[in-house]
Amino acid sequence: MIYADNAATTKMSRIAIDAMLPYMEEIWGNPSSLYEAGQKAAEALCSAREHIAACIGADPREIYFTSGGSEADNQAILSAARFGQRSGKKHIISTAFEHHAVLHTLKKLEKEGYETELLDVHENGMIYPEQVAEAIREDTCLVTIMYANNEIGSVMPIPEIGAICRQRKVPFHTDAVQAVGHLPVNVQEQNIDLLSLSAHKFHGPKGIGVLYARQGIPLVNLIEGGAQERGRRAGTENVPAIMSMAAALEEACAHMDQNTEKLLRLRDKLIDGLSRIPHSALNGDKEKRLPGNVNFCFEGIEGESLLLLLDDKGICASSGSACTSGSLDPSHVLLATGRPHEVAHGSLRLSLCADNTEEDVEEILQAVPEVVGYLREMSPLWKDKVSGKREFVLS
Amino acid sequence: MALYSEKVMDHFRNPRNVGTIENADGVGEVGNGKCGDIMKIYLEIDDDIVTDVKFETFGCGSAIASSSMATELIKGKPVSEVLQLTNKAVTEALDGLPAHKIHCSVLAEEAIKAAVKDYYDKNGIAQ
Repeated sequence: MIYADNAATTKMSRIAIDAMLPYMEEIWGNPSSLYEAGQKAAEALCSAREHIAACIGADPREIYFTSGGSEADNQAILSAARFGQRSGKKHIISTAFEHHAVLHTLKKLEKEGYETELLDVHENGMIYPEQVAEAIREDTCLVTIMYANNEIGSVMPIPEIGAICRQRKVPFHTDAVQAVGHLPVNVQEQNIDLLSLSAHKFHGPKGIGVLYARQGIPLVNLIEGGAQERGRRAGTENVPAIMSMAAALEEACAHMDQNTEKLLRLRDKLIDGLSRIPHSALNGDKEKRLPGNVNFCFEGIEGESLLLLLDDKGICASSGSACTSGSLDPSHVLLATGRPHEVAHGSLRLSLCADNTEEDVEEILQAVPEVVGYLREMSPLWKDKVSGKREFVLS
Repeated sequence: MALYSEKVMDHFRNPRNVGTIENADGVGEVGNGKCGDIMKIYLEIDDDIVTDVKFETFGCGSAIASSSMATELIKGKPVSEVLQLTNKAVTEALDGLPAHKIHCSVLAEEAIKAAVKDYYDKNGIAQ
């Protein structure tokens, strides 16, 4: 099997699995308990918090463990919204291609009377600092813009956007689920007030993540109960998962340079190869792009059939077609970059990790053109384009 | 549980009757690119019997499987019987479709009916 869907989830690394086991077999006490078995778990938790903080340039007191990226996004946005409301600020700036954990939270706030402004995404999948500067108003209580897009891999100018927000005294949140462990993230240097990350995107376990909140940013609780996480997130800590997440993040950060070098080589080989398919187009910026992300649209075919046939050839990938998005519309990300519906249905995302090889890339480059060609052969839409009855959208 | 039944996967992987018929007696096309499904059915009709049928489909796995199964169900049948084909019959023959894919079987029924209508129109047969 060739696994090329690392943006969906990653395989846990050996180091991440090994880091979990002692906290299930030996040190399984409740970190809130006073006896030694509990206190050992509390100490471990403390060191995990320090390691994670160090990886993103934060203070350990600014790290809140959550159930993952979605919870962190929800808590960050709701906290900034409630804080803004206290001084009558109810305007939120975001983008049209955020993750649904952000977009759906914003929808909820709109129903409560907040005004949300979604910035237009450029064709190359970028948001520019000037757009943010122009959109900020007196009553803006939050800017939330993703670090890197999960579908098309474009990487936003986060330090510059953060600088504008800081200058205008508006809290800045970034959903960095696709970036942490893959790109150098530093909340201090990059002017980030709130950040969400998720362990299973960097070879850690599922169901665990972090909300970073700069000191002085007041958080509201999503879950009430005990005093864990300095009273901001109740519930006995998932110690094995937290230890594993810390180990996975340290490993990812320690190997980031060499992983990036390898991934860029594989990624660009894939992009070059797939670009040779006629009437196809790369989605997202070619340069400002996650090192493992490849995303293409192929005209005249539909993404789900493409995925099923690739699966038959042992290749795991994903698509933004309506049939795979679980709704009637294709990916909101591709639509936000201006791709027409018809073309957005025919998208393919391949997301690599350092475990992928040159051979994987060669096999993918063999399989994709074959499958695209086969599906085009039976597509009346493709035939109409070839015969000139309909116009091609992609060159 | 897999998303699709083995029957659906069989018809998706090995679709029956893919292609076109030159100078077909009836052609029907339904759906649109915006929604991500287009089906085109070609019929050859002799003595009121569907002697050959071909299809072309732009769409997901269940759209391709539904087209394939629908063509199998009408091949060799009299036109009056072809008009009785329902999306339910297509779905059942495929051992079911996921709820959000039922529209694929509806498109198959509509494409076949559109092809028969085209045949009637071309031959001045009252409907």
